[in-house]
Amino acid sequence: MSYSITEPTSRQKWFAGTLVILYAVITMIPLLWIMMTSFKTPPDSISYPPKVFYTPSLEGYVNLFTTRTRVSPETLASLPPPENFAEEIVRGRDMVIAGPSKFGGRFLNSVIIGFGSTFLSIFLGTLAAYAFSRFKIPLADDLLFFILSTRMMPPIAVAIPIFLMYRKLGLSDTHLGMILLYTAVNISLAVWLLKGFIDEIPREYEEAALIDGYTRFQAFYKVVLPQAATGIASTAIFCLIFAWNEYAFAVLLTSGTAQTAPPFIPTIIGVGGLDWPAIAAGATLFLLPVMIFTVMLRKHLLRGITFGAVRK
Amino acid sequence: MAEVVLSGLSKSFGREAAVIDMNMTIDNGSFVVLLGPTGAGKTTTLRLISGLEQADSGSVSIDGRVVNTETPAQRDVAMVFQQYSLYPHLSVRNNLAFPLRSPILNTSKSEIERKVQEVAEILQITGKLDNKATELSGGEMQRVSIGRALVRDPAIYLMDEPLSSLDARLRADLRIELKRIHADLGSTLLYVTHDQIEAMTMATHVGVLEAGKLVQFGSPRDIYENPNSVYVAGRLGLPRINILPADMFAATSGRASTIGLRPEHISYGEGIDAQVKRVEHLGDQTRLHLQVGEHAITALSPAGNPYQAGSTVKIQPMNPLCFDEHGDRIAGITL
Repeated sequence: MSYSITEPTSRQKWFAGTLVILYAVITMIPLLWIMMTSFKTPPDSISYPPKVFYTPSLEGYVNLFTTRTRVSPETLASLPPPENFAEEIVRGRDMVIAGPSKFGGRFLNSVIIGFGSTFLSIFLGTLAAYAFSRFKIPLADDLLFFILSTRMMPPIAVAIPIFLMYRKLGLSDTHLGMILLYTAVNISLAVWLLKGFIDEIPREYEEAALIDGYTRFQAFYKVVLPQAATGIASTAIFCLIFAWNEYAFAVLLTSGTAQTAPPFIPTIIGVGGLDWPAIAAGATLFLLPVMIFTVMLRKHLLRGITFGAVRK
Repeated sequence: MAEVVLSGLSKSFGREAAVIDMNMTIDNGSFVVLLGPTGAGKTTTLRLISGLEQADSGSVSIDGRVVNTETPAQRDVAMVFQQYSLYPHLSVRNNLAFPLRSPILNTSKSEIERKVQEVAEILQITGKLDNKATELSGGEMQRVSIGRALVRDPAIYLMDEPLSSLDARLRADLRIELKRIHADLGSTLLYVTHDQIEAMTMATHVGVLEAGKLVQFGSPRDIYENPNSVYVAGRLGLPRINILPADMFAATSGRASTIGLRPEHISYGEGIDAQVKRVEHLGDQTRLHLQVGEHAITALSPAGNPYQAGSTVKIQPMNPLCFDEHGDRIAGITL
């Protein structure tokens, strides 16, 4: 029997492929189950044994976006025919739509705070990483260590001082407050990751640009940034995932105007019973932005997470 | 096009002195070649002129104005880097257009198109204009990198071994092309090379650097025929100059401790016995590797080539260069 280092046999490929797909399916089951639940009716969602095949319904999504009130059958009968599918579903449960729920606003908060803090982290992180990579900064190593040290304990360990500070500064429950907080947590990661990427870009490119008639900032903008795109994309994904999923600070510091989706979704529990489809619908919608963002940047991601593994 | 004057220029990196008190005038329209081994300060000199490095002391003036505090962009210099340094995210066309689009030059679109096309034709890369810079071979990258300098009309072209990674034919073509650009446009060039042919054929002046110091500056012929030290003599000439004890052929008069004999400065038929170790036929010339006692000598064979390996010939020097015990030239005396 002969072995080849470079070319696996077709049987090996087939076996490896099956294994990978099997593993992917297993890890995807919770996610798939949440997505499936979001399209069930409340009775289907709690039936035992669990239903794998069912008639899909949008009730979860309707419930997620609306508040409803129960009405008597007489009132229901006296109403004009339902104007849309949402009203039809709600009336099927002897209820009428009272108004929109808070989910839309909370979701928008998540988008503003998540993408806002990601943008700010990347913006500041890239500039700082460039400076650390290219200029002689006194005590540069100590500064970098200090920046990293902000991640040496769980961020929530400083929750109480931050809570008090934010109350004094009037940053509690504001978009700006949450953006600043998530940026502060993410920036150490951003600086370290991006410094690694920028270190890899030879200085000669900028020197060539300086001689070609550009200022240092123009050289940074026109030559360094395009080449750091891979690093910026993968760093942005890491920052967004943290800011998007953060729960503890969001619970502590937001309650109304700036509340993000993670602390909001569980509050659906208790409003008219355990409405699992609505919760699942919230979770499913909540997954989408990060998924779309990651897919958009995926061509950069592989090189990003395997960064440093291969020397050019 | 401008005159560039270096006066008292010094630069060290940490405790390592890279350039020491350099004084050099690069006349308007001259083609100056810097020679010297690795670490002699050639590249640092280029970087000091371009503004990529700040001098510790001394000054650089371009066209009569001291540019020490100016940025590279303000100095209006073009530089060809040894490692190409093409922008990997841009196409060849955009690489060539990059300097023209700078806020300082801000060239019109049609003018950019025209210049890029013109330079691409000179460098024979028209077919590759729309390739990414990373898709080129080493030689093509180097040509694009030269092209990026040629699209401009700077005060001075600085070139750091621009032809080193090209094959012999292309190198010969580009050598002629650079010389033509120099002659036609009257451009000023400062050029670093290890290659003797490049130095001898293109330069109007040659500067020889030793450990950060400019040890001799003159015409290529002058450097070849009248080197002021053993070191300078060894920088030009292929095969290298033979450095031999001064008393090898005859008792010396005076201070000479060694003599330098270029391969063509050996005559045959009279003198001392030398063993022929090897004969190299190069086509246009034949080299003899001779052994006299413990000294190896490389010589050009006389026409007709009557010698065979193993035979013995009588040789004597013609117009040798004499050096004292420090390796400095003793001018005006021969044996």
